[in-house]
Amino acid sequence: MNEPAPSLINALSEAELAAIDAEIAHMPQRSGAAIDALKIVQEHRGWVSDASLAAIADHLHMSAAELDGIATFYNLIFRRPVGRKVILLCNSVSCWMLGSDCLTQQIRDRLQIDFGETSKDGEYTLLPVTCLGACDKAPVMLVGDDLHESVTEDRVRELFDQPGAPNG
Amino acid sequence: MDRPLTRNIHADRRPIDLRGYRDNGGYEGLRVGLGLSPADCLQRIKDSNLRGRGGAGFPTGLKWSFVPMGEDCSPGHKYLICNADEMEPGTFKDRLLLECDPHQLIEGMILAAYTIGADVAYIFIRSEYHIAAQRLREGIVDCEREGLLGDNIQGSGYSLHMHVHASAGRYICGEETALISSLEGKRANPRAKPPFPQVSGLWGRPTIVNNVETLSNIAHIIERGPQWFNDLGLTEDAGTKMYGVSGRVKNPGCWELPMGTPIRTVLEEYAGGMADGYELRGFLPGGGSTDFLTADHLDLAMDYDTIGKAGSRLGTGTLIVLDDATCPVGFVKNLMDFFAQESCGFCTPCRDGLPWSAQVLDDIENGQGKPEDLDTLERQVEFIGAIGNTHCALAPGAMEPLQSALKYFRADFEAHINQGCCPWKARQ
Repeated sequence: MNEPAPSLINALSEAELAAIDAEIAHMPQRSGAAIDALKIVQEHRGWVSDASLAAIADHLHMSAAELDGIATFYNLIFRRPVGRKVILLCNSVSCWMLGSDCLTQQIRDRLQIDFGETSKDGEYTLLPVTCLGACDKAPVMLVGDDLHESVTEDRVRELFDQPGAPNG
Repeated sequence: MDRPLTRNIHADRRPIDLRGYRDNGGYEGLRVGLGLSPADCLQRIKDSNLRGRGGAGFPTGLKWSFVPMGEDCSPGHKYLICNADEMEPGTFKDRLLLECDPHQLIEGMILAAYTIGADVAYIFIRSEYHIAAQRLREGIVDCEREGLLGDNIQGSGYSLHMHVHASAGRYICGEETALISSLEGKRANPRAKPPFPQVSGLWGRPTIVNNVETLSNIAHIIERGPQWFNDLGLTEDAGTKMYGVSGRVKNPGCWELPMGTPIRTVLEEYAGGMADGYELRGFLPGGGSTDFLTADHLDLAMDYDTIGKAGSRLGTGTLIVLDDATCPVGFVKNLMDFFAQESCGFCTPCRDGLPWSAQVLDDIENGQGKPEDLDTLERQVEFIGAIGNTHCALAPGAMEPLQSALKYFRADFEAHINQGCCPWKARQ
């Protein structure tokens, strides 16, 4: 996803500030809202750039280094740009038994990306994720906000074989 | 059969809103509870013998009793936190309760908070459960509108403010002190105990952290009494339990059954037995950090003490089934990769030990294993698996499936080493 216009890079938008301040309101100290603030900015901008990080740190009265230590701890805070939809593919044991490796390979081939990479058209980023809590419907994955259960090879083809897509 | 936790949950998994919940008797427990003193509520929970459903099985009433009350407590906030960070491999029970019956949890939380005198409550929920988080947020707003949350709840003089915190990932957040660190906006490193959170938790204030299923039981116990709850269980352990089965069985799923239901009943009657063409080799009884059990254990009761005596743990009560077409070494390696990745990195045995175990397992799985590797794994189990050598229970939990796999599937490990390949891969 694109960065906001250069003039806005170093400033948090009013909507972002309002949402962050609502979190700060029930915290005894501003830094308590660090993770919420990172998520709020990521929701608006798709990811958390160095400039965004610095702006958040400034607003929370903490150093950028400290905030980066927090941001990089959590796997769902993206410190690099991601695609319009993030594919979170469960690779924990129940899904592994029921073929998540095959699905991974199929998605890699179709979108021509490995884990941690974004497709050339900027549509998808592929990431592994720990158990998604739908093990009775294994294998499962999240594509954006949509949970796909009992995923088959045909389903992967339906999902990712749009016109113009690699191998489509 | 009385199934209090799932009475509002339907096969199509449609959620129930505040009106539907109340029409079905919801918030009656709250009315009863607010008419009792916090001490009386605590006594009901103690007498119910409810044990923590997050996996450890600690008696809930006893946990709550450590919270300083009245003049014993310095002025300031007390916190109740619901641990909805369900991420244990093979565990999918809390999702059902969260998505389908959010008010059952909210009502239980209000009563739990009232009992310990908390004025602020958080639901710490994993980011991927965004549907559940949305329904909980809506539920909280609906409750505030009807005076079930906020200031002076139902004219009782008791006030509680509830918030949903959507997490940003990492399995370690499910550890209660790591969860507290994360809720303070920090890296999710666990904390040394003591002090225990009941005395010094979130922001240094008295805090109780309970699992979704535990809290979902509270309103029923307050309303219907401890004896009713004790009578639900088939064995010494009280209540019902959300059991689940995943893996190659005919009908994987999640069911509320009496505590102490035999494993065979869960596996054969509810999960329909093994899928056609597959044999049972073993199973983890309660998520990825429990020891394997085998077909010899099928007639055991699924309760804390019985599974404990058999050398494993009830854990989350969700079975992961290992079938004969799945390589046990690969199975354990998948789990070890998971635990190694999810180590918070704070203590050395976990940060460096788990990747080492994973590497040894990887070598064996890929035909590069040496006979002495099994001794190495045994030593790792002995050292990393000992509670007290690590900062929290993550690494000891990681050793549980490994140590029992070395016991029950040793011949399979040896076959990998002797044949210089994975026999399962070679067969494909």
